Amino acid sequence: MTVYLHELKRGRSTTLIWSAVIAFLLAVSILIFPMMLDSIDELNQALQSMGDFASAFGIGKLGISDFIGYYSLECGEMLGIGGAIFAALCGISILSREENEHTAEFLLTHPISRTRIAGEKLLSVFTHITALNMICSVVTFFCILIIGQHPSFRIMALIMLSYYLLHIEIAAISFGISAFLKGRGTGIGIGIALLFYFMSMLSNITDNMRFMQWLTPFSYANGSWIAEHQTLDFRFIAIGAAVSAAAIIAGFIKYNKKDIAA
Amino acid sequence: MDAIRTEKLSKYYGSARGIIDVDLAVEKGDFYGFIGPNGAGKSTLIRTLLGIISKTSGSASVLNFDCSANKNEILTNVGYLPAEASFYNRMTVSELIRFSAKLRKRDCKREADELIERLRLEPDKKIGQLSLGNRKKVGIVCAMQHKPELYILDEPTSGLDPLIQREVFELLHERNDEGATVFLSTHVLSEIGHHCKHAGIIREGRLLLSDAVEKITHTGAKLVTLRGVRELPPMVGVKKLRQENDTVSFVCTEGIKPLLKLLSSADFDDMTVEDPDIEEVLMSYYDTIDQKEAK
Repeated sequence: MTVYLHELKRGRSTTLIWSAVIAFLLAVSILIFPMMLDSIDELNQALQSMGDFASAFGIGKLGISDFIGYYSLECGEMLGIGGAIFAALCGISILSREENEHTAEFLLTHPISRTRIAGEKLLSVFTHITALNMICSVVTFFCILIIGQHPSFRIMALIMLSYYLLHIEIAAISFGISAFLKGRGTGIGIGIALLFYFMSMLSNITDNMRFMQWLTPFSYANGSWIAEHQTLDFRFIAIGAAVSAAAIIAGFIKYNKKDIAA
Repeated sequence: MDAIRTEKLSKYYGSARGIIDVDLAVEKGDFYGFIGPNGAGKSTLIRTLLGIISKTSGSASVLNFDCSANKNEILTNVGYLPAEASFYNRMTVSELIRFSAKLRKRDCKREADELIERLRLEPDKKIGQLSLGNRKKVGIVCAMQHKPELYILDEPTSGLDPLIQREVFELLHERNDEGATVFLSTHVLSEIGHHCKHAGIIREGRLLLSDAVEKITHTGAKLVTLRGVRELPPMVGVKKLRQENDTVSFVCTEGIKPLLKLLSSADFDDMTVEDPDIEEVLMSYYDTIDQKEAK
């Protein structure tokens, strides 16, 4: 597991910074919830009157006067899009970075197969994403305790799990693309995360764009839907798992056959 | 047994030429020099042998292992130094050397410490703070610490000061004396003459020549130097004619008798006739090819 441990150490500070920033924003958003309760009815009415535009952000029947509804809108978006960008950046650079920084020749002339290198690198990406999600989950639950709210633990856990799966899928897709790149691909990574996010918004706004819900992993990371149905939407998760597996397999095949630039 | 063998090995990058139909055999225990100008295909051949890039056609084996099917077996027994040594900048020298040993699942501490001392490396320095020459030294330690059977070194002395260059060749000769094979790719022709038993010349992707260094230098051509020259007839049929004050030197490929006849009307104090060094031979070899191609 030499490459895995090397990658963990290499990405440690980046993961800690991203985790700290997202966790801080989550904490602030949760801690101000009691202060917002006074004016939340007016805000809720305003949001409900926005109709399709409100649903673009995944605001369902719950509104935001309920803590879970509020969390889905305010905090979930931060964890969703912030974590998605982090996952995309981790995945997109994990293979191409070696070529970009000219270290590929050093690494690939040791007796370790490319499959193993790619496998250990992918595992390190998943570990970084797991760490970020765990830190954010712990901070979330700790802040909920501070403000004295008692949302359903099961629903909160399902919402957190949906964001974790979203991040894993985006990382898997980015990993697959990374094998085809020679440059670092930062722009492509951020682009992938934002594209999926806006596809999700568009699919919520209008029926004409509804088909996009099948293309974006943000479809199953909808806190309002999860709270309403008390489960995850396994149709979207199954598609996400298939897409992730296909992207990972494509990445492995390409990386094994690839001519590595000097 | 051959340490390296290629048959009709070709590599194209799309339509661009890398190497074409290279037939190369390097015997086990050899000290082989691989020479060629920039872009000739030296690095392409090495990178194909090590599986960093895949061949377009032909076959290649290293230490009797097929380069496509047995990459790991090859890489276990090879120490490779790339021409441009790039490593992880945030690591220290000792961390990187240890990382390389771990990737080989070997404990090379004793050997690494000795190499670090002989090459005068500072183990606690960050890679990012090192000069090109010191990065090269780190690459040399990584290539040598596991005592492989075959050393493939691409421009090993570029960026190194003369003392360290000498130390590197001492190390390579020690390993060669112990039975290891050394395959050295270089621009520096004198390195071939001083250190190699056999040499190959590659140009525009094709291997032009592969033979013993002695045979390559004993081509019948003679390097003639005349001193105290007062009068010189027109020097017909000689190559590389150079004049500095009253000293004239040239390469004669026509044999000694025509040379003596030519010089019978010349007036000078002293003359030396010697085998040209490999540099002269290769330069005139390139010139001959250029002339043939021009025709």
